[in-house]
Amino acid sequence: MALDKIGIAKRIAQEVKDGSYINLGIGIPTLVANYIPDDIEVVLQSENGLLGIGRFPYEEHVDADLINAGKQTVTMLPGSSLFNSSESFAMIRGGHVHLTILGAMEVSENGDIANWKIPGKMVKGMGGAMDLVASAENIIVAMQHKSRSGESKLLKECSLPITGIKCVKKIVTDLAVLEVMPEGGFKLLERAPGVSVDEIKEATAGKLIVEGDIPEMKI
Amino acid sequence: MINKVISGADEAVKDIKDDAVLMLGGFGLCGIPENCISALLKTGVKGLTCISNNAGVDDFGIGLMLKTRQVKKMISSYVGENAEFERQLLAGELEVDLIPQGTLAERIRAGGAGIPAFFTPAGYGTEVAEGKEVREFHGKKYLMEEWLQADFALVKAWKGDTAGNLIYKGTARNFNPMMAAAGKITIAEVEELVPAGELDPNEIHTPGIYVQRIFEGKDYEKRIEQRTVTPRN
Repeated sequence: MALDKIGIAKRIAQEVKDGSYINLGIGIPTLVANYIPDDIEVVLQSENGLLGIGRFPYEEHVDADLINAGKQTVTMLPGSSLFNSSESFAMIRGGHVHLTILGAMEVSENGDIANWKIPGKMVKGMGGAMDLVASAENIIVAMQHKSRSGESKLLKECSLPITGIKCVKKIVTDLAVLEVMPEGGFKLLERAPGVSVDEIKEATAGKLIVEGDIPEMKI
Repeated sequence: MINKVISGADEAVKDIKDDAVLMLGGFGLCGIPENCISALLKTGVKGLTCISNNAGVDDFGIGLMLKTRQVKKMISSYVGENAEFERQLLAGELEVDLIPQGTLAERIRAGGAGIPAFFTPAGYGTEVAEGKEVREFHGKKYLMEEWLQADFALVKAWKGDTAGNLIYKGTARNFNPMMAAAGKITIAEVEELVPAGELDPNEIHTPGIYVQRIFEGKDYEKRIEQRTVTPRN
């Protein structure tokens, strides 16, 4: 069975290393925070100027002056810090944020990512995504394997305007965990429970590398 | 201390003329200069270029100035919350420059800090790089990006004093401090205005040197875009 959004978030949470500073994008990536194991200490960065994002506030503690990058009201954990947007991206560009988890519309087999624009249809802007993908040492993409119209989102080359080149390291979809190889290609690491290698092959338009037995994900 | 206090938003924006270049602080609707935006709606000034991370929503923030067609051009990183913006853009009625958020922040910082250009990896290999100088440093490619400056910077702070020193609250700081430094004339609206000497100098975020006009704003609405809460039980 293909994973739902929560399943994808739970699997990505297993990638999170103790002691890391992490930026989570909007959507599935935000859900990852809920499934990070208790024995792992991480700090979540919000590019609008907060390190140490906590849970959503209780109704009576809602503060319009305290939001995350998705414009949601949040709280601060003990040990949090606040800063301006320039400092926030200095942290990102300077390589101090270890891991970026974000969504994508397309990923290519050399690690290019497209997630900011559909020409003639959607003009929302890139926000902080271009800065994040140009700088983080580890970039994990959370997305569905295919678009709503059934097209593969794992391609030889992106068809949409790209957000960054050769930057995605790992992809977790509803069907599989894949690593983007330095020489190109999606190396299949794990299958979603009950999903066959053939189903993943069928859903992957770019070069898929399958070596030996592929284990099922443990969620 | 030089006294920067003026009577209010109407006086603050009265010499902003047609075709002026403005910077407006805020991230989403958090930390936006609500009083100055209301005053600009009243003066009816047109042809504005607005440098601001976002364009407000349809019925608040810069969105209100889009509705009245006072904005000729937006320079932003993300404008997804505004349907009127998208309509004007697709209809060719509005110019827009979309810039990676970190590049936008740093271009404004550079403008205030007297650095005409810098190199950043953000956008290399994308359409953002078109027409820009690319240089390689230590094996990685970077784009040259130029500073941004403005005729007026409109910023919002939590507390300020008569000398123009500012303190921001929470994530309402965002772009405000860099914009304060990058405006030829910087107008600060604050929730609480106190006499010089009452704010702890150790806690000032924006030193008063960057601020030319300051006033205590009123009737802050502080609208929330995504009210997310944890249920009690």
